[in-house]
Amino acid sequence: MPTSIPEALNTLSAGLILISAFAMVATRQVQGVIRFFVAQSLLLAASCFLLGYSRHSVHLWALGAITLAAKVVTIPWVLRRLLPGDFYERREISQAVNIPSSLLLALLLTVASEFLTGPLVMAARDPVVRVNLPIGLAGVLIGAYSLMARREALPQLIGILAMENGAFFSGIAIAPELPLIAELAVAIDVILIAVVVGLLTRNIRQTLGTTEAGGLSELKEDPSAWL
Amino acid sequence: MIETITFNTFQVLFVMAFAPLYAGVLSRLKEMVQSKRGPSIFQPYWDIWKLFHKNEVVSEETTWIFRVTPYLAFVMPIFVTILIPVLTDYPLAFAFMGDMLAGGFFLGLAGFFAALAAVDTGNPYGPMGASRTRMVGFLAEPVFMIVFFTVSFVAQSTIPYIVQQKWVASAAAFFSPAHVLLLIAFLMIILAEGGKIPVDNPSGHFELAMIDESKGLEFSGRGAALMKWGGQMKFLVLACIFLNVLVAPWGLAHGHLIGDVLLAVPLILFKVFLFALVLVAIESSLAKLRLFRISEFLGAAFITSVVAMVTSIFPGA
Repeated sequence: MPTSIPEALNTLSAGLILISAFAMVATRQVQGVIRFFVAQSLLLAASCFLLGYSRHSVHLWALGAITLAAKVVTIPWVLRRLLPGDFYERREISQAVNIPSSLLLALLLTVASEFLTGPLVMAARDPVVRVNLPIGLAGVLIGAYSLMARREALPQLIGILAMENGAFFSGIAIAPELPLIAELAVAIDVILIAVVVGLLTRNIRQTLGTTEAGGLSELKEDPSAWL
Repeated sequence: MIETITFNTFQVLFVMAFAPLYAGVLSRLKEMVQSKRGPSIFQPYWDIWKLFHKNEVVSEETTWIFRVTPYLAFVMPIFVTILIPVLTDYPLAFAFMGDMLAGGFFLGLAGFFAALAAVDTGNPYGPMGASRTRMVGFLAEPVFMIVFFTVSFVAQSTIPYIVQQKWVASAAAFFSPAHVLLLIAFLMIILAEGGKIPVDNPSGHFELAMIDESKGLEFSGRGAALMKWGGQMKFLVLACIFLNVLVAPWGLAHGHLIGDVLLAVPLILFKVFLFALVLVAIESSLAKLRLFRISEFLGAAFITSVVAMVTSIFPGA
């Protein structure tokens, strides 16, 4: 069990990160999904700072700052600039799986990640690994799931970024001394993903008028639409 | 022994005395947020006083169930009060008579009879409200169960006096994911069981939209007063379980002197007042859910509680 106060606060932020992952699955509105993503990134940055403080690691401080700059500030700003306002107010009614079932599946994924990391966690002596590893893996799995279940372009993008958040969260516990260059590369990568997906979404929207990826399931267009 | 029985009686008196005040403060705070003046915070006392002095009208069509229900609704929260820590953080005389599940059974019994009494009258709105309350109730029950199972898993006990000490034993236990998730799940359940806004509108008097209120429409005089008072006590008892058992036993009396217990009264009132602020913030910022969205809300509460259980069972926690 973790004993120091910063590490205990890290477990608090772990619980809240898990909740925000569930909230992202449960939210219909695009704006809400982005808000929960920002909240999750903030918690991730907080975890980085807390662990950086308790382990006297400059790397973790830098990582927290990068997360704050990239995910809390830049990505929402980029998406806000690229896509028009009405895009955010839209509700996604038709998901591949409805929301209560999605939540149940997310629950199963959490159980699976706790189960799969069980042996590793038993072997780990570090109390922080015991908390961060299962919850980080759950974050990755839930992000991957929302990537599959969502049918709008922007929530799908947020799914990718949430996967990344989960991976980071276990990463800061397992490998806190990762070279800074790798972290910077990842951060810039993430912003680039957001820019590319945002631009693509904007262009698709301008030409087709919709960004529902669910509409892509039919290959042939309806010929009567041309007449 | 005499001393603990005295304190237990004192707890019951505390809950009986301050439950209407709590309801008054809650509605006053809500009115203030909506920039209205609202009735005085002592209005619920006057309502109850007035109802006790009115004649009681009972329909000829009803059975004994209708007559018994107000007394059950009044007594059951008191039974729960003697099992849970309201003012002291050490077990009192009846602490080991029943655990948190017993408390759930007592409140469930009152709810069951209230639903039966609503059907008993033959008023069309009563059974509708009763069936809706049952819908909320049966969706909330599994969450209660899972919360209690998780608590018993963490604390190795379901006696509330033992559970409350567990969370403050170490910072790690207090901030553990299981604790946070439990709190969120139980808060959602309090909103549902107390008829608060995302689930039900407590100040709405439109029969078709009512869930909790419509069960009591047929009661008058003393019956109505007891139902009202009982409902207010139930909510205060739920708040005490949430704050004293599940959040942390801060502010409870530690010493065995009468002065310590008296000192706990303002502290607990302050704690409950802070909780009222949270509730008002929630109630003022959300809209009431459509009836069939309630299952989604309680489904989310269920998932949260199960995640709490999962994170506490596996070795990671």
